[in-house]
Amino acid sequence: MGEQLKGRPRLGEKILKGAFFCCASISVVTTIVVICILAFETYGFFVEIPITDFLFGTEWTPLLQPKSYGILPLLCGTLMIVVGSSIVALPVGIASAVYLSEYASDRVRNIVKPVLEILAGIPTVVYGFFALTFITPMLQSIFESTHVFNAASAAIVVGIMVLPMVASMCDDALQSVPDSLREGAYSLGATSFEVTIRIVLPAALSGIFASFVLAISRAIGETMAVTLAAGATPNFTLNPLESIQTMTAYIVQVSLGDTPAGTLTYKTLFAVAAVLFTLTLILNLTASSVMRRFKETYE
Amino acid sequence: MKDNNLNGRHLLAKIFRWTCIAVTGFAVLILGILIYQVTVMGLPWLDMQFLDSFPSRFPERAGIKSAFFGTLWLVSLTALFAIPTGVLAAIYLEEYAKPGKVTRFIELNIANLAGVPSIVYGILGLALFVRFFHLERSVVAGALTMSLLILPVIIIASKEAIKAVPQSLRQAAYAVGATPWQVIRHHVLPSALPGVLTGVILALSRAIGETAPLIMIGALTYIAFIPEGPMDEFTALPIQIFNWTARPQLQFHELASAGIIVLLGVLLVMNSVAVYIRIRGGRSKM
Repeated sequence: MGEQLKGRPRLGEKILKGAFFCCASISVVTTIVVICILAFETYGFFVEIPITDFLFGTEWTPLLQPKSYGILPLLCGTLMIVVGSSIVALPVGIASAVYLSEYASDRVRNIVKPVLEILAGIPTVVYGFFALTFITPMLQSIFESTHVFNAASAAIVVGIMVLPMVASMCDDALQSVPDSLREGAYSLGATSFEVTIRIVLPAALSGIFASFVLAISRAIGETMAVTLAAGATPNFTLNPLESIQTMTAYIVQVSLGDTPAGTLTYKTLFAVAAVLFTLTLILNLTASSVMRRFKETYE
Repeated sequence: MKDNNLNGRHLLAKIFRWTCIAVTGFAVLILGILIYQVTVMGLPWLDMQFLDSFPSRFPERAGIKSAFFGTLWLVSLTALFAIPTGVLAAIYLEEYAKPGKVTRFIELNIANLAGVPSIVYGILGLALFVRFFHLERSVVAGALTMSLLILPVIIIASKEAIKAVPQSLRQAAYAVGATPWQVIRHHVLPSALPGVLTGVILALSRAIGETAPLIMIGALTYIAFIPEGPMDEFTALPIQIFNWTARPQLQFHELASAGIIVLLGVLLVMNSVAVYIRIRGGRSKM
């Protein structure tokens, strides 16, 4: 202790502080580099392909002849995954959260919560495998016209994948509703259903909404399960039993081959990734601003 | 509440309750089916030959030796890059940074980075590490990409752990004349350690399971050797699983599930360690 009490030159402390600041600023640098790279290569892409062709074209065949670069089929594929996974994850997520928060005993909670955490920790490639070897055969036995690669199977598995996140975020939101609100409603003679639907869920709405937005953002960015289960055919279709391609799956498809830097195909990677990045960024910002407002209400 | 039918209302409450229970049970059931499916398909293939062989065109000779050691290399290097950076960043944000626009911007930025799709990190790795810095398809390029990917996770978890350290501890240390670094080094970090470790382990297990960024930087190639240095080419467990799953033959699917058993086994061990540290850390604080 004696040596420490003598005090050291403040210079060392300043250097340390500077070093720590550098570590913290890596995140900002990362964001800037990502944006610069995407912007630079996407600009190169738009020099060769008009932006209107890219945004409004209905054919996406950059790897075939004749080449065309309309991103709508990829967006449509991504949209199908988002809608399908939301149909699975949002109601199931909310219902599980209601059960965990409003009904379950502490013992059940202590079992189910870790199980949900395990589900959340399973790598996405495993979900892809699950879709291909379990969900697709199941769909095929119900609908005969199901293709080996189809949007429905991928959407279901992505729904299962984002489910734990939705459930645990909704659970947090429900838990943060003060008990006095519930007690007030019960004392007026409401049943548990009425308390949940009319009091607790509305009070937790912003947290629930934020979890939905993040779930959609995750579904848009999900890659491996979609690549494995949904296929690589950029169809402009809304039939969930057909093979489609999402933005992420396209990026994987191109990078599986050898694409020299500087070619137009290489630039399509960045153009598609720029759309992906922009969409998820908007959704994430929305979710975090909703969450901030939600915190202000209850603290 | 228009209808005053009390029985009806109680019935509805009961139905609602059982629906919620059934739906939660369904979610747990899916995990059960997934594990059952993988085990039944993969277990017969899981033997020493599988663990000690390189990938092969012939399913009966194929194994995960290069993938396993590739993952080991990848995670070690990622830990080397990401843990110090992430923990120090968290220390800066919690202990040094003054609340203000810059700090808020950094924190918002980290929160958003945590939500960026992993494949975008892959694009970043491809353009920055593989092409710009000419690291090619090396372990180091993969580890740097993974580090950027898990950095927000480590920072957020470490921040939470550091925030949970009681203020009185810091004040007591300052009162006896410690410098900021001494306070952090001798008091804040030791008592935040369990939380930091838990976050680090969970972040690393994310790095073990991530596939897309590695495919982006070109790690999906036939590798029949163990990397001997950070500049060697490599493959990794999830990549090998993806490769086998993408083939149409059933035997390769069975190989993939054997690989998944190994991958999930590794993750389970890591998660158990994290839970153990969390429980022990929580106890010693009391």
